[in-house]
Amino acid sequence: MSGPTTPTDESQATPHAALPRAAHARPGRPAHAPVGTARAIGALLRKELLVELRTLESVPGMSLFAVTTFVVFHFALNRASVEGDLAAGILWVTLLFAAILGVNRLFVADADQGGFDGFLLAPVDRSAMFVAKALTLLAFLVVLELVAVPAFALLLLGAPLGPALPGLLATLALGDLGVAVIGTLVAAMAVRTRARDLLGPLLALPLFVPIVIGGARAVSPLLVQSHPVAPAARWLLTLGLYDLVFGLIAYALFDFLLED
Amino acid sequence: MAALEVEGLARHYGEREALSDVSLSLAEGQTLVVFGPNGAGKTTLLRVLATLLRPHAGSVRVLGSSLPDDAWAVRGRVGLLGHEPLLYRELTARENLRFHARLHGVGEERVRELLEAVAMGARANEPLRTLSRGMVQRVAVARTVLHDPDLLLLDEPHSNLDPAAVELVAPLIGARAGTGTEVDPTRRRTRVICSHDPSGDLAEADVVLGLRAGRPALLRAAADVDHEEIAELYR
Repeated sequence: MSGPTTPTDESQATPHAALPRAAHARPGRPAHAPVGTARAIGALLRKELLVELRTLESVPGMSLFAVTTFVVFHFALNRASVEGDLAAGILWVTLLFAAILGVNRLFVADADQGGFDGFLLAPVDRSAMFVAKALTLLAFLVVLELVAVPAFALLLLGAPLGPALPGLLATLALGDLGVAVIGTLVAAMAVRTRARDLLGPLLALPLFVPIVIGGARAVSPLLVQSHPVAPAARWLLTLGLYDLVFGLIAYALFDFLLED
Repeated sequence: MAALEVEGLARHYGEREALSDVSLSLAEGQTLVVFGPNGAGKTTLLRVLATLLRPHAGSVRVLGSSLPDDAWAVRGRVGLLGHEPLLYRELTARENLRFHARLHGVGEERVRELLEAVAMGARANEPLRTLSRGMVQRVAVARTVLHDPDLLLLDEPHSNLDPAAVELVAPLIGARAGTGTEVDPTRRRTRVICSHDPSGDLAEADVVLGLRAGRPALLRAAADVDHEEIAELYR
């Protein structure tokens, strides 16, 4: 079946394409031209941080969860302090579980309030959303650790934190990068399902295991009372390689996750 | 040139057929009004045309680009006003419009202009969750036309609007084109409007499509359609 096409005289007389575009586009940029990826990432990132500042839905919850967990460990282990492998394990597992809370919330506003559709209608590279979301999660993790690491040192760590700090920061940075990339990928996969609160952690935790292993092994020799040594390069390399591999996988897959 | 060319379009959700064998053509500057009961496939049709849903069969050309392969060329040229406002509840009207303006490469002046055009200037800095549904719909209209789209896809655009607000948004989404605040008498907008209101929207139509259970039950020039035929779609 084909419909009637009866253009008005006006529309025939004034071909749309020949009409001047609206004067509100940015200077030097034709209207409806694709917007640069960096500009789109900036717009998305600004929006993400604004929404979080308004709602305080993710970072306070993540931080409170981490501090509470350290308190629970403090009493459950019935020790004055921990060090070495045990300290590294407690720190990383707590940080990853706290990160899960942020991962679960990462796309909720977009899914529930039409943010996906609004973004998909814009002439921008879809990978901009992946990068902006990963940077958002990275920012959340940094704030989490600003609260959680001092709390960990205060409540559980026997060794002084000062000498361990450079190595710890390097390891946390590599771990955070991996969590941000994997967390963004997993959150985008889970958010459109009915069981998103369950599916997110179920998908994320197995993928986080290599980060726990690499992070804990790298940090363990730093968190000792006597003679802390720098993290072994191979564990840092392992973390870096894992970040790179998942960064590439996520970048390649993200477009398809946004597709209908 | 045809703004829309649809031939044998089908779309399903799992086993359920939402659209089947839909064919139509719409010239630039024309308005297609789609009538049909709830669940007839009107919203699905709009979402396919907006590139948000892939067609499962048939061919769809929007503004000269074939979907889904050339969907990238259509994005940014379409304005979709759906049931959801596509706005963040925690952000203010101004912040929401600024966000969409940045994604479309539109300047700040246009945001100010549209906030005034929908009479939201005074409440532009309040979070959307504190506004009435009618006010949110006005902001959604501003968001839809922010980038001066070539094709407007409007799903019951007057829902939640009082008569004064309907008048207010008329220059933005009406048949006469322009940047919103200034109507260009030489241009007509290409529009697809989903409606349940033949008394109001039939007068806007150049072409009428009636859908029933995802299938076209009526497709004709609006001048040849009477209210009774549209009422029949809902029986």
